[in-house]
Amino acid sequence: MKSFILALVIALIPCSAFALSATEIMTKSHEAFYYPGKDFKARMVMKLISAGGQQRIRELTLLRKNFPGDKQKYFIYFFQPADVKDMTFMVYKYPDRDSDRWLYIPALNMVRRIAAQDKRSSFVGSDFSYEDVSGRNVNEDVHTLVREEKLGARDCYVVKSVPKAADVEFSYKLSWVDKASYLPLKEQYYDRRGELLKVFTADEVKTVKGFPTITKRTMKNVQSGHSTVVTFEKTDYNLGLSDSLFSERFMKRPPQQWIE
Amino acid sequence: MLFVFAGSALAINIAKDVTLDGFLQGNYSVDTARANPDGDYFKLAEERLQLKLEANKDPFRVFIKSDFFHDWIDGRKFDSELREGFVEYTSDKWDARIGRQIITWGVGDLVFINDVFPKDYDAFFSGRPLEYLKKGVDGAKFGVYPGFASFDVVVIPFFTPNKFPSPDRFWLFDPMPQITDRPEEEPQTSLQNTEVALRAYKDVAGFDTSVYFYRGFFRQPSAIPDNHFAPSKLTLVFPELSVYGASAQGNALGGVLSLEAGYYESRDNESGKNPFIPNGQTRFLIGYQRQPWTDFTAGLQYYVEYMQNYSEYLANLQPGIPAVPKWDDLFSLRLTQMLRHQTLKLSWFMFYSPAVGDFMLNPEVKYNFTDSIWAALGSNIFGGGNKASQFGQLARDNNTYVQVRYEF
Repeated sequence: MKSFILALVIALIPCSAFALSATEIMTKSHEAFYYPGKDFKARMVMKLISAGGQQRIRELTLLRKNFPGDKQKYFIYFFQPADVKDMTFMVYKYPDRDSDRWLYIPALNMVRRIAAQDKRSSFVGSDFSYEDVSGRNVNEDVHTLVREEKLGARDCYVVKSVPKAADVEFSYKLSWVDKASYLPLKEQYYDRRGELLKVFTADEVKTVKGFPTITKRTMKNVQSGHSTVVTFEKTDYNLGLSDSLFSERFMKRPPQQWIE
Repeated sequence: MLFVFAGSALAINIAKDVTLDGFLQGNYSVDTARANPDGDYFKLAEERLQLKLEANKDPFRVFIKSDFFHDWIDGRKFDSELREGFVEYTSDKWDARIGRQIITWGVGDLVFINDVFPKDYDAFFSGRPLEYLKKGVDGAKFGVYPGFASFDVVVIPFFTPNKFPSPDRFWLFDPMPQITDRPEEEPQTSLQNTEVALRAYKDVAGFDTSVYFYRGFFRQPSAIPDNHFAPSKLTLVFPELSVYGASAQGNALGGVLSLEAGYYESRDNESGKNPFIPNGQTRFLIGYQRQPWTDFTAGLQYYVEYMQNYSEYLANLQPGIPAVPKWDDLFSLRLTQMLRHQTLKLSWFMFYSPAVGDFMLNPEVKYNFTDSIWAALGSNIFGGGNKASQFGQLARDNNTYVQVRYEF
């Protein structure tokens, strides 16, 4: 009898409920974009391009390791520019509270905690914010599925995300999420006046150790004309990064084998 | 013009595991109010080349950082300075670094309690880049990482004093200017005089927590007269010092909270009755840093030092020397705004002592023209307090400085 009622209830639920909700799509996208593998390494080159065409280069190695409870640790070593060479930056990211951030300054041989409240601050002067690098919590926005459409040859969900907080520089974001990989192939950020502010594009996607990975991406501020192009030169997953890597000791003396 | 180079970095890979890089720098600082005691207006006028040579061959690393400079003030001389030079060995559970090296401990921003390592205040007050505030120690540092905590053990057989502004370039308080015979006696190199500094650190409830111990010497000399009533000679000595301290730093109250304390045991003046040697002290620091808006950081600190045996100090104080308060304190405020994709940095740093009433202000603008060329323009402004207080005595030494650097 019980199973009959259950079957009846299921039959009465409208068909669309079997499709993914917008929040589920964004949760899967967040996992595909920021959490794949047990750990991850990328040596990346960031080109910061001004409206006038002047280029500045940031070259760094990013190491990430996942921990239980959606916690992540990031370790970043800078190769370029010369004034930040050998600098390291470490983040412990928690799903429910402010990150812990540390910076190592080689000339002073000093590791310091740095304030981390403003997650929308620019990462090393680029058009990417800290949140763009390590992920914005899905719960901070209200998501709606706007439509489904093709972006180039790829079938995508188009999701509108509206920040719950008012102190964010964008009023809403549209994401084109690939139905196959769940990676965001394009994002449009609209400012508080509703004007288009920034556009993110996934310019190249490669599968590395079975994980679809955006290996070239651009964030362009369409209002200022400034843009940032990030290219992953070496990408790898499941390297077996040790927990002890994410420590003051190794910020001061990063192991060559991991940062090269 | 020194900075004729442009564009891309020139860092050189000599071999696979050997790199050479560095910078060319011009650094000039002029007294904005009056001439220096020696009649010149410049606190600083020099060009400097720094070369950093690094060779890696696991588990060993060799690092040499050496400066070559041309000084326009001290007889227009060329000179060099080994900033750091060490060999490092790294294994799984421990490492060792032997040679000249810069060590920075504690959580203060320009306030030092457990950072007992040598400083260059001449550099700090005359407008050099901040890294020149720290001097290397000549010794060995061992790191031990057994898992439950981490340990630093520093052994320094060769004493290095702090460097203070020179009386030629800075107007400084001097209670006995008529006495010019001032021999300096640094602690001799011996097993007994070898300085030892220890630090144990670990994460405790999300706070980076450290405890510290130091046994060695004050790095600021004490002037000991040969005769109390009619002195003809002042011997500059470095009294014995031990420091016991602790610090913690972590996220709290929507920002980063820092706490540090230390007990300074003045081993050559335990009773506090010797007017020529500092009394023991207990020092406390609380600091708070947060980001109220994008690319803007504010840091506030309050520091206080309590003098032990204060009545003995007052009873023995020499005539003509203003008394230091029993509770001496210091506020600091640092404001930093980054603009134009973090190429333009506006900063404001301020020390103010409520107990003494003196202050130091340091506004600075720094701009990165390209990835390899930056320039900074700033001022050091001193005043308040009295003729002997830390910043009050520098009231005639306000200066404006320029730093220009090409990094490769």
